Amino acid sequence: MASRLSLRLVALGYLAAILLVPVGVVLYKTFEPGLGEVRASITTPAAVHAFWLTLEVAAIAVPLNTIFGVVTALVLVRSDVRGKRALEALIDLPFAVSPVVIGLALFLLYGREGWLGPTLADAGIQIIFSVPGIVLATIFVCLPFVVREVAPVLREVGDEAEQAAATLGASAWQAFWRITLPAIRWGVVYGVVLSTARAIGEFGAVSIVSGKISGETETLTLLVEKRFNNFDLAGAYAASALLAAIALATLLAMTLINRRGATP
Amino acid sequence: MASATTTTAPLARRRLLGRVGGAGALGFGVSTLWLSVVVLLPLAALVDRSLHDGLAAFWDDVASRQAVAALRFTILISLAVTAINAVMGVLIAWVLVRDDFRGRRAVNAVIDLPFALPTIVAGLTLLALYGSAIAYTKWAVLLALLFVTLPFVVRAVQPVLLALDREMEDAAASLGAGSLAVFRRIVLPNLTGAIVSGAALAFARAVGEFGSVVLISGNRPFDTQVSSVYAYTQVESDNTTGAAAVSVTLLALSLGILVALRVFEGRVGRRDG
Repeated sequence: MASRLSLRLVALGYLAAILLVPVGVVLYKTFEPGLGEVRASITTPAAVHAFWLTLEVAAIAVPLNTIFGVVTALVLVRSDVRGKRALEALIDLPFAVSPVVIGLALFLLYGREGWLGPTLADAGIQIIFSVPGIVLATIFVCLPFVVREVAPVLREVGDEAEQAAATLGASAWQAFWRITLPAIRWGVVYGVVLSTARAIGEFGAVSIVSGKISGETETLTLLVEKRFNNFDLAGAYAASALLAAIALATLLAMTLINRRGATP
Repeated sequence: MASATTTTAPLARRRLLGRVGGAGALGFGVSTLWLSVVVLLPLAALVDRSLHDGLAAFWDDVASRQAVAALRFTILISLAVTAINAVMGVLIAWVLVRDDFRGRRAVNAVIDLPFALPTIVAGLTLLALYGSAIAYTKWAVLLALLFVTLPFVVRAVQPVLLALDREMEDAAASLGAGSLAVFRRIVLPNLTGAIVSGAALAFARAVGEFGSVVLISGNRPFDTQVSSVYAYTQVESDNTTGAAAVSVTLLALSLGILVALRVFEGRVGRRDG
């Protein structure tokens, strides 16, 4: 009994020292100067623009990755196409690759010295140092989330209901909308929540391709870095608190979904 | 009932596979195209650029003293972080699954905080709390990496521990094994696969981590500079080819970890199946 208690204390103590106390301290320091100050520093034009840009990027990247994720999960679990294994192995790559590597790779494909950069520039399309570059970087880093959440659920629900639907004359399209999608919906939602959190919080890859133009290509995470480097600590904490609030909402959503997913 | 399903199932399955097979080929095409455009094409451009000035120049960039020092530090600190979080991860998973106390659900939810919190905020957070004591030292890098890699082993081990049959442990205990012996000889062998998977992903994440480290490390060459931050400084100072060379090393390392993990999981899967 005593050993059980000490294990619990070690586990909780570690979590407190690494996770909880630091987040608590930042929230405390944020609100130390007073609510008015915080309000002022997250409603500057640059901060408001950064906030909407961050949401806009997530609103483009997450739906695209959700469609890709569901299709890919279906391919990986339900079909036996050749090359499936290679696809499966490569899906995880964005999780293992450094954000700096991702940003630089996009820069070298679409930038002024890149493979496609000059051609696109002639056509009047700018990707690097503008919003499309940020969107592409975000799609890259969030790519595996929905696949990883949906594939195990698909495997677990099995294909018996789909078989029954097929036997009763449903088309593949009908079987997907009426049988498969309702069965995997919580997996999809969970993947979307994780992708959104990552899309909003991405820093390294975005930092290379965005050019960090204030009021144009500056996302919330880039704003935090800029304010910190300009010794505007209170401003950096305020923007961080905004991001931390989004993160806490994400955790809450994940917990609620887990509970619903467990009792279908 | 059972015989009815066994006779009709193959037919229905064939019909279904016939259709999904068609949709499968289309879906496979769509997935592969998306993956190629979004992920593989940029990485190909990166590799191409790193070889822009020839193999000798590539090697000079990769083997420069500063690059080697950064890579060495990155790998060593990532190994340390992975080891610590493998031990703490198993411990936390055990407490979450086997222990019972008020607030356990809340603690379980908090584990995912590092996945939800933007890395730059994580770095700033640790700087705010421990800043005056450890900022710009190796301890700061260690702490930042411990933070971002915390959930991997916990989340890998937790489901396996939940599904583990308690009867084996009870049997061992009834035969006189102490709780440590039960853990070491019954529980731990069952968790090995999950621990290795979680640890490998944590290691890959630590090697590439950037956002949480960039503010707190101070980026001191030959001391606290990690490879990703080194590559970033090379981009900033317009040495794109050098940055690409270092990035290709990091990319190769990530690929190596993923491939090793696949091979390991394949082996364990075959043995269990």
